[in-house]
Amino acid sequence: MTSDPSPHATTLPKARTGIDGFDDVTYGGLPAGRPSLVCGAAGCGKTLFATTFLVNGATLFDEPGVFMSFEERAEDLAANVASLGYDLDGLVAAGKIVVDHVKVERSEIEETGEYDLEGLFIRLGYAVDTIGAKRVVLDTIETLFAGLSDAAILRSELRRLFGWLKDRGLTAIITGERGEGQLTRQGLEEYVSDCVVLLDNRVEDQITTRRLRIVKYRGSAHGTNEYPFLIDEQGISVLPVTAADLSYEVSNEVVSTGIESLDAMFGPGGLYRGSSVLVSGSAGTGKTTISGHMVEAACARGERCLSFVFEESGEQICRNARSVGLDLSRHVDSGLLRFEAARPTLYGLEMHLARMHRDIEQFRPHLVVIDPISALRGPEVELQATLLRMVDMLKSRGITAVFTSLRTDGAFGQAGDLGLSSLMDVWIKLQDIEANGERSRTLYVIKARGMSHSNQVREFQMAATGLKLVDAYIGPAGVLTGTARVVQEAQEEAAELRRRQESERRKREVVRRREGIQRQIAELRASLETAEEEETLLLGEDAQRETQLAGGRSDIARRRSAAE
Amino acid sequence: MSPGGPDAPNPAEYQLRLFIAGTSPRSQRTIENLHRICRRYLAGRFSLAIVDIYQQPELAEVDQVVAAPTLLKLTPLPVRQIIGDLSDEARVLRGLGIFSPPGGGDEPGR
Repeated sequence: MTSDPSPHATTLPKARTGIDGFDDVTYGGLPAGRPSLVCGAAGCGKTLFATTFLVNGATLFDEPGVFMSFEERAEDLAANVASLGYDLDGLVAAGKIVVDHVKVERSEIEETGEYDLEGLFIRLGYAVDTIGAKRVVLDTIETLFAGLSDAAILRSELRRLFGWLKDRGLTAIITGERGEGQLTRQGLEEYVSDCVVLLDNRVEDQITTRRLRIVKYRGSAHGTNEYPFLIDEQGISVLPVTAADLSYEVSNEVVSTGIESLDAMFGPGGLYRGSSVLVSGSAGTGKTTISGHMVEAACARGERCLSFVFEESGEQICRNARSVGLDLSRHVDSGLLRFEAARPTLYGLEMHLARMHRDIEQFRPHLVVIDPISALRGPEVELQATLLRMVDMLKSRGITAVFTSLRTDGAFGQAGDLGLSSLMDVWIKLQDIEANGERSRTLYVIKARGMSHSNQVREFQMAATGLKLVDAYIGPAGVLTGTARVVQEAQEEAAELRRRQESERRKREVVRRREGIQRQIAELRASLETAEEEETLLLGEDAQRETQLAGGRSDIARRRSAAE
Repeated sequence: MSPGGPDAPNPAEYQLRLFIAGTSPRSQRTIENLHRICRRYLAGRFSLAIVDIYQQPELAEVDQVVAAPTLLKLTPLPVRQIIGDLSDEARVLRGLGIFSPPGGGDEPGR
């Protein structure tokens, strides 16, 4: 999971916790062979965190562990984590985990002089040796302070205990209750100085969000933010910023949106795989239908799709999609399409994102639809940060994402200038145009990073046969859609016809005139020929006459000379 | 407490178990202190087992031993842990329940 090999990761050996996301945030897990402190207020998941660390160690990393519980009895602990699918009893029976409940009851104890906690050391050492443990959890060791009155002894003994854990090379989690003005009630952070993890459980607007922060991690880089984390039937998962440096591999593969005429609006004939698409538009503009087409196209290619819906159930979307000729339910049946429907108010924003994160990790989809993203509510800054994380996460995995938003301006909140749109690669905007007593749907592509795209408004029509984009009328009368477009087109056609007829007529006239002239030319030519013939004739006659005259004269001359 | 059990003056059988960590001076001191107290207050009424938790670490868990040294009073009930080197005699006696009213608050048969 160490997708980000930082230079520090190699210097300090780390023990992976197997907790989704946590190992990413810490670049590999908790410091191996050292104690770490996990602290937080009551009910924030300390024990669960520690148990998960231990169970994962035993099951995934072949590192047996000892759970020393100062609060819960072993059977209570097993029952509590059974809800997460951890078979603690089974692991105990298999010799992978030892659970030791340390009971310190003040009312049963009389302190009569000097003592130390050698008993505890020996119990722990014995348990560790029995199974060859590599991991240790001390859940909540501060309980000792309630049972024993000599705090000075306890402090020095705890210091000795943590040193002992280090000497034995045990990776340990020590849990501590959050105290006033410090991380733990007894200031344990002074003793456990290698790694301190703070868990928090905050309620804002009646919605609880769990958060995790690495307060300190000596000798290692770590994420410093507060990360939301999630506890549900599948355990703990932390939602980290996976690609803070925006360095993901980009794909040049072009995938179809499932709407031929929409594909045609993009230069390469579709969208790049792994791009984030925002489909925005007010109610009833067809956002879900467009995303439905994209889902259909992806499933038809044999890709997995995960759809998070916040306003409808999956069945409802399948039913509605049928009205435009899409059969999504067959993909649900074949397992290619999964709907995750939840009310937006069910969790806090970060919880939603953490949940999505986990679902995406598990389902590994090629396409993710979030419909609508605007249903998620929260402080704006938080929204931007967490959505950025979401988009990052999707991009780093090369998942194409479709977000629908009710906000037409691409903003998050009502008065926000922080844009969701800036995170997106492609923004398709849907708009209703209301004119002449009717409403028609138009679509245009506001942006499409890295590809040429049509800058024209298209009218789109939903019919039982599917979605169709129609070129909107753009002419001297403005952009017209719907009936107005049809009327205008009819008018144009009539005018066109008239124009055509007019020009035909003119053409005919010209032809006629040309023909007339040609006729005249022919006539003239005829008379010219006549005149020429006449001329030739006349010239011929003259010549003959001349010859005859000449002949007559020579005759006469001859005769005269003969007479002389 | 079985009804019709021993009356107040009847001696209770004190079962004691002392957990020590090795033969350190503190362990020695604790054993001496315990012997002195038992001789003075529990002569003939107690049985004592001494456990070195280094030798038998598994017993530490069974009896919920955290501190060393720990003196465990198994009977009479309630079970008590008396920790420390037993140098504070008054506290040891309180832990053993010796100067408290016999049978504690729940005196049988009355």
